[in-house]
Amino acid sequence: MTVQTRPAPDLSAALGAMSLATRAVRRRSLVVLTGLLVLLLGLVAARVLLGDYTITIPDFVRIVTGADIPGASYILLESKLPRAVAGTLAGLALGATGATFQTMARNPLASPDVLGITLGCSAAAVSAAVLLDAPGGMVSLAALGGGAAVAVALVVLSGTHPGAAPGRMILVGIALAAMLVSVIHWVLVRADIYQAHEAMVWLTGSLNGVTWSEIRLLTLVVVVALPLLLYVGSHLQVVELGDDLASGLGRHPRATRTRAIALVVVLTAATTAVCGPIAFVAFLSGPTARRLLRGRPSLLTAGLVGAVIVVAADYLAAYALPGNNFPVGVVTGLAGAPFLLWLLATSRPVKETA
Amino acid sequence: MTLQSRNLSLAYGKRVVVEGLDLDVPEGRVTAIVGPNGCGKSTALRGLARLLRPTAGQVLLDGTDIHSLPTRTVARRVGLLPQSPIVPEGITVAELVARGRHPHHGLLRQWTRDDDRIVAESLERTHTTDLAGRPVDQLSGGQRQRVWIAMALAQRTGLLLLDEPTSFLDIAHQVEVLDLVRDLSVEDGTTVVMVLHDLPLAARYADHLIAMRDGAIVAEGRPRDVVTADTVCDVFGITCRVRWEHAGDVSVIPLGRHLPTHGQESPEEPPHARVRVAGRP
Repeated sequence: MTVQTRPAPDLSAALGAMSLATRAVRRRSLVVLTGLLVLLLGLVAARVLLGDYTITIPDFVRIVTGADIPGASYILLESKLPRAVAGTLAGLALGATGATFQTMARNPLASPDVLGITLGCSAAAVSAAVLLDAPGGMVSLAALGGGAAVAVALVVLSGTHPGAAPGRMILVGIALAAMLVSVIHWVLVRADIYQAHEAMVWLTGSLNGVTWSEIRLLTLVVVVALPLLLYVGSHLQVVELGDDLASGLGRHPRATRTRAIALVVVLTAATTAVCGPIAFVAFLSGPTARRLLRGRPSLLTAGLVGAVIVVAADYLAAYALPGNNFPVGVVTGLAGAPFLLWLLATSRPVKETA
Repeated sequence: MTLQSRNLSLAYGKRVVVEGLDLDVPEGRVTAIVGPNGCGKSTALRGLARLLRPTAGQVLLDGTDIHSLPTRTVARRVGLLPQSPIVPEGITVAELVARGRHPHHGLLRQWTRDDDRIVAESLERTHTTDLAGRPVDQLSGGQRQRVWIAMALAQRTGLLLLDEPTSFLDIAHQVEVLDLVRDLSVEDGTTVVMVLHDLPLAARYADHLIAMRDGAIVAEGRPRDVVTADTVCDVFGITCRVRWEHAGDVSVIPLGRHLPTHGQESPEEPPHARVRVAGRP
């Protein structure tokens, strides 16, 4: 509704400057995305074809198209392939959800695993499995309920939505996480030794026993919720300018954050139900992606980083020490800590704007 | 496009900050709200921007209660620049300004050439074209403020609400920002409402002045009628000397407790005690 009284100004200079500015950014993110995608494909191929039992590409194609090769078929379809697929899906979900919370709270500490959301899923799932002897589907629902309960508790107890007071929310999250750890311990103490061992493997984060029906569930959730999260993420770009300005730009900050939190809970619950809480992936992917993009957050890039981390870690977990088939969480936990220290040591000091 | 408030009361929790505000924003003009700290001027602006739900009364945008309109509809008509917006990490000027187009987009309405043109115009208008590729967090305060205004311009609203657009800026950058605000009003017919701290600057740049104290309007009208020694005393609680010159320049000289006082209209005051602000006529 601007009154056009001036003659149209010459905009070629401004348009040129804009396209220059956006071209550099786009090129960088294209290079990073392509690089990560190629790396992920390579890792998945290595995970599926190499290791202690090599499967040739022609054999792979034959098995996938239905041929039965004794030995190879079983190893590919029951171990290698499901672990690679589940690892990719879990990594995508963990990376993107971690980065969502970190961006929303403007704080790298605010990832769902630090804030207790992942632990909420774990505690509920372990309780359902051990105390109630619930079947797989029920365990997934319990994980969802546990994660949602923690998210609601976070919002209510920190007295505000995340983003408004990140520091407070992180403290509440750490307190909740500590409480949930003791719940898990209590459940484990009550369990018999066989159940407890199984629960411990799962709690470390493991792709070892992933079944195709679990993968179907995870695929469904990731295919639906991840694009939605990326879409809500584009609204978060406006919310991160501050609540007042976001409202001024027509985006309700609370509603946007609530949607993002709900999607994060769903993705975290599905991932946790299938592979357990894989340590450090949600926490590390965001800052790593940010580093690759020279300080710019991106949910999709963080998701790909997460997938690369999980698949690579699972390869190491399965084959690094011959004869030992570790849960993937052992490797991400071991490698995660020094990697985090390296990130901290080499990162530019972050200005606290909130 | 008209913006009015009728018997508007605003509160944070139980603390009532603005009470019974009746306000008519003059169309196509620059309105400045002035007053002491805590007088409710920023709160009033937030109320006008639909950021606060009134405890009583209403804000009318083109005659419709602003709270009955969807957020996005309001965002296409009213632009807002809050006091301390947050600069996202690593964002460039071009990208930040582009976010001003947000209210015009949706699932089905994606970025077009028109958007590019509008962003380019906003950059040109605020003289920030040369900064397009620079990260916003590396800019000076004055440059950054111009970039935020460019973002608000890219929103393409006929009405702009600015909350202290000149705070933390030195005098040169204040004048630069306010000159831009006048350009928008004079050349584009944009209606501007801004909260300002500096009384002489407000008097110099606004067509319409609203002086507030304790959540209510004390005086309103042409700057020349509002900025008088009596009103300033009433609003800020200080004694001062106010001098208007024919070109529309105004000097407000606080007398304070320590400086020697001259007569009410003494012509030979010491030059160092004169606060005089000259901008573009």
